[in-house]
Amino acid sequence: MQTFFKDGVERDPATQRSEAIFRSCVHCGLCTGTCPTYQLLGDELDSPRGRIYLLKDMLENDRKPTKDVVEHLDRCLSCLACTTTCPSGVDYMHLIDHGRQVIERDYQRPLPERLYRSFLASVLPRPGLFRWLLRLAPLGGWMRPVLPKALKAALALSPDRLPAPARTDRPGLHAPAQVNAGKTRGRVALFPGCAQQVLEPEINASTIRLLTRLGYEVEVLAASCCGALTHHLGKATQAEATAAQMIDAVLAAHRQTPLDALVITASGCGTTVKDYGAMFQDHPAKKARAEQVAGLAQDITELVTPADLEAAKHADARLDGVQVTYHSACSMQHGQKITTAPKTLLRSLGAQVREPAEGHLCCGSAGTYNMLQPEIAGQLRDRKLRNIARTEPTLIATGNIGCMKQLERGVEVPLVHTVQLLDWATGGPRPHQLDGR
Amino acid sequence: MLNLPSPRAEVLDRRQQIARDLRALLGRDDLLTTSANELKGYETDGLACYRTVPMLVVLAEDTAQVAAVLRYCHDNEVPVMARGAGTSLAGGALPQQDTVVLGLSKMNEILEVNAENQTARVQAGVTNRNISTAVDDLGLFYAPDPSSQIACTIGGNVAMNSGGAHCLKYGVTTNHILGVTFVTMEGEVVEIGGEAFDLPGYDLLGLIVGAEGQLGVVTEVTVRLMPKPEAARPLLAGFASALEAGACVAAIMATGRTPVAIEFMDRPAILACEHFTGAGYPTDAQALLIIEVEGSEAEIETELAFVEAMAREHGATSISVAEDIVSAENIWKGRKSAFGAIGQISPDYLCMDGTIPVTKLPDVLEQIYAIGDRYGFEIANIFHAGDGNMHPLIMYDSHQPGVLDRVEECGAEILRVCVDAGGCITGEHGVGIEKRDHMPLMFSPEDLEQMKALKRGFDPKWLLNGGKVFPLTETGIPAGQIDPTQGLH
Repeated sequence: MQTFFKDGVERDPATQRSEAIFRSCVHCGLCTGTCPTYQLLGDELDSPRGRIYLLKDMLENDRKPTKDVVEHLDRCLSCLACTTTCPSGVDYMHLIDHGRQVIERDYQRPLPERLYRSFLASVLPRPGLFRWLLRLAPLGGWMRPVLPKALKAALALSPDRLPAPARTDRPGLHAPAQVNAGKTRGRVALFPGCAQQVLEPEINASTIRLLTRLGYEVEVLAASCCGALTHHLGKATQAEATAAQMIDAVLAAHRQTPLDALVITASGCGTTVKDYGAMFQDHPAKKARAEQVAGLAQDITELVTPADLEAAKHADARLDGVQVTYHSACSMQHGQKITTAPKTLLRSLGAQVREPAEGHLCCGSAGTYNMLQPEIAGQLRDRKLRNIARTEPTLIATGNIGCMKQLERGVEVPLVHTVQLLDWATGGPRPHQLDGR
Repeated sequence: MLNLPSPRAEVLDRRQQIARDLRALLGRDDLLTTSANELKGYETDGLACYRTVPMLVVLAEDTAQVAAVLRYCHDNEVPVMARGAGTSLAGGALPQQDTVVLGLSKMNEILEVNAENQTARVQAGVTNRNISTAVDDLGLFYAPDPSSQIACTIGGNVAMNSGGAHCLKYGVTTNHILGVTFVTMEGEVVEIGGEAFDLPGYDLLGLIVGAEGQLGVVTEVTVRLMPKPEAARPLLAGFASALEAGACVAAIMATGRTPVAIEFMDRPAILACEHFTGAGYPTDAQALLIIEVEGSEAEIETELAFVEAMAREHGATSISVAEDIVSAENIWKGRKSAFGAIGQISPDYLCMDGTIPVTKLPDVLEQIYAIGDRYGFEIANIFHAGDGNMHPLIMYDSHQPGVLDRVEECGAEILRVCVDAGGCITGEHGVGIEKRDHMPLMFSPEDLEQMKALKRGFDPKWLLNGGKVFPLTETGIPAGQIDPTQGLH
């Protein structure tokens, strides 16, 4: 569609890129059909097309973000369902990323909101601090009545039982359990993830067990956070600094002995890491390195093959005939366009895999979204759980820690990470979520 | 350049009062949009070359609110326009500066499904696809399938009497609507039709379906559901020329063995859609037919053999049949995303909607390409070939000064060719703003006078969805002050 940027006015590279994205949108409106917030709110302005329009008008007129515009952009989950739907190939992800950065730079949020967002941005990416604060969370219980709504939502998400830090999350090398003909299957790096290692250390432990069992050498990196959380909060500088550390760590390991892949076990991280090239596109010195790391990144379900699993399948046939409902995280299906691999892997181990209706809709987790927009997030969670319940699962599997935490409080059925099932079915321990069942 | 009626200054002067009144009427703040930034988001629809920022937007949650808003607008002489998902390709949801947009997108509940009688009662803001999704488990579906079905609303379908790929066999919207809750401009809520097809009395439903929001606002719809076929399978037939493909369509239709859908795409469209879906379209072909047959396995086999033989006879260079449900879905996803996919190769397009007798397809296609050449525009053709519903997409770049005037002229010439071939100016998108000035190509002054008399019967003050359907000279409203491409810029 047509844009109305003023002639002769110098524009920064990010705005120029956004203009090209606006031009690729034909305003057909198909994206409204799969946008979660539009399904709930029914307002054009809470749809991708509406947000594109709001941003376009703001950038064209070089106007500072205003409260009304910020409100609609804040409601975007960044689930990217619209990018799967869009036939014209509009790069909505980079558009909304740009929008969030402009808001962060040019818009003064009310003080409590600013503090809360900074709090999230500084705590979640720091496993030590995050764990320590979670231990205090029960004390927050009696403060509940006086807490603001968003903080209450964050508190409600804190787990009842906090697992101890896992040894496997410490930096180090894990040798393959078996080596065929003196050759490893490959060498991969694993970053333990920030919030994930605190909330569910079994994911990394399972990954290491599975990969070493399959003959991989796994190097656990010292860098833990990829920068996705702060990136989605529009805190570009902070995100870039975190990402730069990750890039250094990966390339250091790669220099030591070349890596075949950087394994990712949280699809939310995967979307960001695979896009590192774009994050550093205006930094010529860092861009190539960023792209190299992005090129190494693979979700665990992309790395492992059905043949690998069939060869390693445990004699007990632990998943044979088990009803597994697979919840595809948005960052998995829309962000990384990984749609079949996880299900194929589970099926190769004998599981009966089902998918819920409206599988394209977000569960409401979306990074820090459920702590910032608890009402919409809650409605999406309830809708997701209803759809999941209709599939009558024995187990629910997903590939993203955010979704696990968002959904697990509302279900009786055990909810596990896909890799925990892959590990269990090839000889690993039974996922602890199945305890007592 | 298309003109809009000049906004009523005395209405604009009352803007703040009207906003206050509507807020009081709705009893809450969050259903009314008044900020300039937000109103901007409602300035256009699927025909984005025309834009006008509306005066106010109301998002109604129920029929009572719709009635209250309409009554207020009637009593206070405020122009008003109903809006569904804003996917119209004819500018059906283009507002005007003095208009209150009455959005129905929040009314997206499926109220009742009656499996025995194969009907469903839904609110007007439910998307077309969501009706089929909701009754899928019952082995039923809602047949008319406009390509925008994942987004467009049933209310908008009723307004435009929308068609779709599978309408060749099943008929268009009007053949699938059993009843509606209709709110008059005076705010009266009327139930029209019922639970059964073809009720006695005047066919008032026939009047309302396709009325383009000129007569009143539909808030609830009872639709007819159909049993899903046992199976369906699309076949892809590639041709070395658009003319051969067109001749093949005419030949198939002449036998009377009507497939459930026959869709046509020419080369630019094939490439854009294949790039989006990877459905396996023949990228070396100049034209592609997607022909779907359905029924029992034996029926499918027989009909596929027949279609394949016809295609070969007309020079098909490649033929392939969908292997499974996933590949069939992909083939349809490509076709239904075609207009949007054109966005990959052209920043802007104007989509025409002329319908012609099927026998004239090769001839008219040739003329369309010639017109495009003369104007220097590339034209992509994607259309429902079985019923002769053409969709030439004129591709252009809106950043070229004055280009829209030439695009409009080019479109007008194409429509004239359609009418001369014995067809009409719109098959399924409606007249809206886009084809308003072409109405005299088809209708005499007497015809238009009768239509206006009908409109005045429902909307004497001419407040509903003004500036559309009737050429402005016909309405006596002063025109020309507003350039509809400029919006507030």
